[in-house]
Parts: sequence; C-alpha cells; structure tokens
Amino acid sequence: MGEISNAFAIAFDLILRADAELSAIVFLSLKVSMIAVFIACILGFSLGAALTTFRFFGRRGIIILLNALMGLPPVVVGLVVYLMLTRAGPLGILGLLYTPTAMIIAQVLLITPLVAALSCQVLQELNGEYDEFFRSLNLAPGARMKALLWDGKSALVTVALAGFGRAISEVGAVMIVGGNINHVTRIMTTAIALETSKGTLALALALGIILIVISITINASVMLVRASSEARADV
Amino acid sequence: MNKPVLQLISLCLMFFGAVSGGYSTENRAIILQSTTSTQNSGLFETILPVFTGKTGIQVNVVAVGTGQALKNGRNGDGDVLLVHAKQAEEKFVAEGFGVSRQDVMYNDFVIIGPADDPAGIAGSNNVLAALATIAKTKSLFISRGDDSGTHRMERALWKKVAIDVARHSGNWYREAGSGMGATLNIAAGTGAYTLSDRATWIAFGNKQDLKIISQGDTLLFNQYGIILVNPKRFAHVKATEAQTFIDWMVGPEGQSAIASYRLDGKQLFYPNAR
Repeated sequence: MGEISNAFAIAFDLILRADAELSAIVFLSLKVSMIAVFIACILGFSLGAALTTFRFFGRRGIIILLNALMGLPPVVVGLVVYLMLTRAGPLGILGLLYTPTAMIIAQVLLITPLVAALSCQVLQELNGEYDEFFRSLNLAPGARMKALLWDGKSALVTVALAGFGRAISEVGAVMIVGGNINHVTRIMTTAIALETSKGTLALALALGIILIVISITINASVMLVRASSEARADV
Repeated sequence: MNKPVLQLISLCLMFFGAVSGGYSTENRAIILQSTTSTQNSGLFETILPVFTGKTGIQVNVVAVGTGQALKNGRNGDGDVLLVHAKQAEEKFVAEGFGVSRQDVMYNDFVIIGPADDPAGIAGSNNVLAALATIAKTKSLFISRGDDSGTHRMERALWKKVAIDVARHSGNWYREAGSGMGATLNIAAGTGAYTLSDRATWIAFGNKQDLKIISQGDTLLFNQYGIILVNPKRFAHVKATEAQTFIDWMVGPEGQSAIASYRLDGKQLFYPNAR
C-alpha cells in the first residue's frame, strides 16, 4: 500500500515545513472545537449537577433523553442548524450560515447532551458518597452543586475531553453549516473529506494522521496537568 | 476558585473576539454556490485570487451539486451561482430567484471505465450505444445519484436510450449519492463505469486502472452558467460585489483566466461567454 507509507511522508513534511495553509486549518479546527466544548461544559456541567441535586417529576425522563442524545447523528444536527440559519429560516436574519459561529452552534448542540449525561453519571456517584455529609451540614442545593462540581473536577476533565474528541472529529454537521469554504470555514475534517473526494488519498490520510497527533497531544497534556495538580493536592 | 473561572471566561471572550474579528475584513466577501467539479479541478484556486487581487472582493466558494446549489440559492444562501444544468437554471431565473443567466464556459462529459472494459465499448464515440451496451451486458455502473448537473445529464442520456435505470438500482446500476470525486473513488474501487465531467477526471488523483472509455459525442456537451441571486427577493444579497464578479467572469479578463487554466498541460474549461 504505497498510499499509506506515502501519507506518513507527506504528514511529516507538512509538519516540518509548518505549512501556513495547514496551520490556519488546524488553528480554526481547534478554535471551533474548544469554544464549543467550553460552552457545552458550562451548560452540561450545570445540567448534570442540577439533575443530581434536585428531585422533580420527569427528572429520570430527562436523564434517559440525554443519554439517548449522546448518539445524536451529526448530519441531523447539521441539517437542523442549517434550517434554522438559512436566510429563509427563522434565524436567517443573523446571517450566520457559512461562518465559524454556525459550526460552533452545531458542535455545542452535538456535545452538550454527551457532557451533561456523562457528568450527571459522575456526579450522581459522588453524590451517593457525600449525601449524608451534605445532610449533616444542611447544605443549600446551590452549595451542594458547587461542592459536587469542585470535588468531581478530576473526572469532569475526562468528560470534557470526551466532548472535545467528538467535536474535533466531527465532519457531517460542520460541512453542512460551514460549507467548507477555503480560508473561512475549512477545518481538518472537512479538508480530509475534500482531499478524499479529489482522489488525493495520501494527502487526505496525512491530514488524518496530523489530526490524530494533535488529539493525542491535547489529551496527554490535559492528563499531565491533572496528574500534577492531584500530586500537589496530596502534599 | 474564582480566579481560574475568571481566567476561563476572559479566555473564552478572547476566542470569540478572534472568531468574530474575522468577519470585519470580509464584509465585501460574496458567497458563490458552485459545483464540486469546479472546485475539485482546482479552477477557483487559480482564478479567484486574480479577481480578489484586482477588486478586493473575496469570493467564498461553497461547492455542492448543482441541484443543491440551486436549492441553496432559492433559500437566499448565496450571492452568485455557477452551475451546469441549463434548463433548471432558466427555471430558477424565470421563478424570480435569479436576475439573469449567462453562459460562462464549457467542457464535456466522458464515460470512465475500467481498463479491461468488460462491456467492450472502448473507443466508441457514440455515447448512447455505449450506455445501451453497459445495460445489456449488466456491467457495473456508478451513478452520482445526487441530483447534480452530472446526474441530470446522465439521467437524460438513459432516457434517450429508453432504459429505466431505477429498475436496476442496487443491481448493476448503483447510485452513490455523492460528489464526483467520491463517485470516481467507488468506480475505481469496484471496477465500474461512470459518467464524469472532464475537468474532475483530469484532476482526479486516484484513477487506479480507470480510463476514458467513450468521449467526443456532441451529446456530452457541458455548459456552465452564472446567475446573480435576485437582490429584490433577498435584500442581503451583495448585488454590487456579485455583479462585479459576474462581469469579470464573462469579461475578457475572467475569460482568458479560465482559458489559461491548465492541469497536466491540458485545458479544462473553454470560455464561451457572449
């Protein structure tokens, strides 16, 4: 398979040359996904903590729904966001279609259920351990949520990483709402799809290799930071 | 606890600033809804910088099939359309979605197939006879199946030879539902025939043992037209910038830029604006 060995050579070459076009694409990919993850974490963590702390009718239903939405097909999300943002759609007046903002909106919709469902799971476990303690202190719900989120932060980082993984690897939704416009909305995954459709498979695979390397680097650095902060906390 | 939260929020605001800051320089940018064939062939990457350099107007290309480009135009999601399905284009204008339609350039379609040519049609310049033989020998044929300009041409050809391909769908006739390049990838992977525009074929990088099997029939003429999306219908259309672009494309500079675009020494598009 010449294409595969070729791909590694191209990937290596692109990285060594610090190719300007590629750097811009990588930068936009990271920017879109990181903002999306950040927003999804604010929404998802709060939702997770609220579902853990408050007991109300329909709570279980919401948790089941969130779990199901973890498997939301990106193309459907893309289509819904497209129909919202198209000039003929309800939010068309904002002129957001084919902008990075549209891509962020799609990714937030895609990963918020994932972040919410996973953080809910993490926090419920923690809540089980802390419940009696909370009761003895007679803590208000707000303080409970705060304590849960703070003590669960280490596991929540992993949840955020899972969300980031889904965001950065996604192609179906961002292709529809971003339009894969060169220098405007082209990111790693849509560039890979484009090169595949041009039949330049080695370059497409090279971009894929770079994407994986970036993902590994980000995951590893977050884990390292976490490990060192835990080590410091133990001292 | 508050300090890191504040840091995160300011970081987030910085990101937003960076993202939205990108737009301010682009308020003279227009959106061109076009086809995968014009993008995959590399034409835009060569001629658009010339136009932008001269006028300062950036052209943002969304490359989809002609059917989807027309649909996006009907929703007002674009300023200019450059597509290839003349009848549908004229309908688009007649219904008031576009201002007028002008010829820009042409090339032709070719039948691509495996080098061992199981249907035995290589060298034929009669495309109808070639397609009829593919059907008769039940040789694998990959259709775009995505309502693109190429797909419309292909359906028109099957109609001319009175073969109802829908009846054979999933059998020897397979609908990819994808762009030209993806369809060529499938043809290469399965040793099948397909219909492609010549520009995408020349630029395609994964030919494997595919080659041009049939070409040269006058039926295979492929005309591209350019349309301004109607600013009376959609107030946000950047009519001035878009019209500047159309005038450039059909004017002497754009036409000679199109004519001089070569790949592997071959001309891909022939200007024919009047």
